[in-house]
Amino acid sequence: MIGVLALQGNFDSHIKILKKINLKHKLVKTRDDLSSVDGLIIPGGESTTITNLLRKNQSLIDGINKLSKNKPILGSCAGLILMSKESNDSRVHNFAFLNVITCRNAYGRQVHSFEAKINVKNGLMSSDIDVLFIRAPKIDKINNDVEVLATFQKEVVAVRQGIHIGISCHPELLNETLIHEICFKGKT
Amino acid sequence: MSKESFKVKVGLAEMLKGGVIMDVTNLEQAKIAEDAGAVSVMALERIPSDIRKDGGVARMSNPHMIKEIQDNVSIPVMAKCRIGHFAEAQILEALEVDFIDESEVLTTADEHAHVDKHPFKVPFVCGARDLGEALRRINEGAALIRTKGEAGSGNIVEAVRHMKMITSQIIELKDSDLSKKAEEFRVPLDLVEEVAKNQKLTVPNFAAGGIATPADASLMMQLGAETVFVGSGIFKSQDPSERAHAIVKAVTHFKSAKDVLTASYDLKDAMKGILMSDIPEDEKFSNRGD
Repeated sequence: MIGVLALQGNFDSHIKILKKINLKHKLVKTRDDLSSVDGLIIPGGESTTITNLLRKNQSLIDGINKLSKNKPILGSCAGLILMSKESNDSRVHNFAFLNVITCRNAYGRQVHSFEAKINVKNGLMSSDIDVLFIRAPKIDKINNDVEVLATFQKEVVAVRQGIHIGISCHPELLNETLIHEICFKGKT
Repeated sequence: MSKESFKVKVGLAEMLKGGVIMDVTNLEQAKIAEDAGAVSVMALERIPSDIRKDGGVARMSNPHMIKEIQDNVSIPVMAKCRIGHFAEAQILEALEVDFIDESEVLTTADEHAHVDKHPFKVPFVCGARDLGEALRRINEGAALIRTKGEAGSGNIVEAVRHMKMITSQIIELKDSDLSKKAEEFRVPLDLVEEVAKNQKLTVPNFAAGGIATPADASLMMQLGAETVFVGSGIFKSQDPSERAHAIVKAVTHFKSAKDVLTASYDLKDAMKGILMSDIPEDEKFSNRGD
């Protein structure tokens, strides 16, 4: 059972992907919802909005911190920013599950959003998947303990640290399941 | 416009789900909205209730005012153009607003045609009262549909009517002759077929028009809205910041009456609101555009 943080954002497109790879899901809005989950997705959305709602619920923040000790967490777009150690917007909460520095809206406003193929390298496997970059962040700085999982035009767009994964774009909006499979398959 | 770029437009609408989009008329209000957890702000010179009161022609807002808000908030900024006024839409695109609302709140520019939204890179949101209207807008390229409701009224009755109408008409498609429906709605058959099959519009479906309280927001979410627009409801109330926070909380936890109760506690008076029977038919915003 994978939890999907549903304070705000594109949680339903992540649920669609979980269904597609035959994983059960559960919406997470409170700490109680975290009980019995084997992993968590922090979806895209507005990182300021999600921060705001998180900060009204310290026990949920504590619960996610606790979960991160031994359960995989996947963050896309705003989720990546929240999972990073630091971002260029001090108003945004940083769980620091990923030792990277992120930059919000780094590609510009919506007219600069785009579709692309990114290259995912996982062990010996290398494959291209379709994604959307929607007012996407960039990963500016990566510490040594962080592994590059995907690149687009030489830029790092997905990272892995231990069991956690962060990605700056949206494979889930184009029905791509690979990143979710890497993060959660065989771990529930 | 290719299918791919349409997906990029719908992608932003997906990101706005489960949130509140707030009308703001200046930077100070935009900051209050952002701090309260709005997912986006709609920048406009006059909120709908003032447009209603002031009369005269309501046009696209001054680009300078929109730009000032864009430069100072980090969330997406939307702006309105008049129905059919594609030149206003072109200006808003050049300004790089994140979403254009082709809105019945402004004075109609073209009584026969809406903007052809396909050639634009910026996504559009349009209002609808029923399924036919929603599908015509989607067919013209809208990436997001909202109920029209009755903007600036502080009265939820029209938004409820429009949301329930769209929902019931989608269910009715199950047992309908779809080519007849396509003809009735004046849209291509494949669009109707897709909606009938998925039992859902092909783009996200939000609520707007008359939302004034956390309870109104919860009501619209429970009726199937995926996000709510709040116009006059926040900045026409006596406690905009508190109310903005409260409505955001009510949308996230819309299924939990306890949370909506906590959100509603200690709020001062909501905007006064107008009865539909007190608005002459020809002054209703929702009658503009079809």
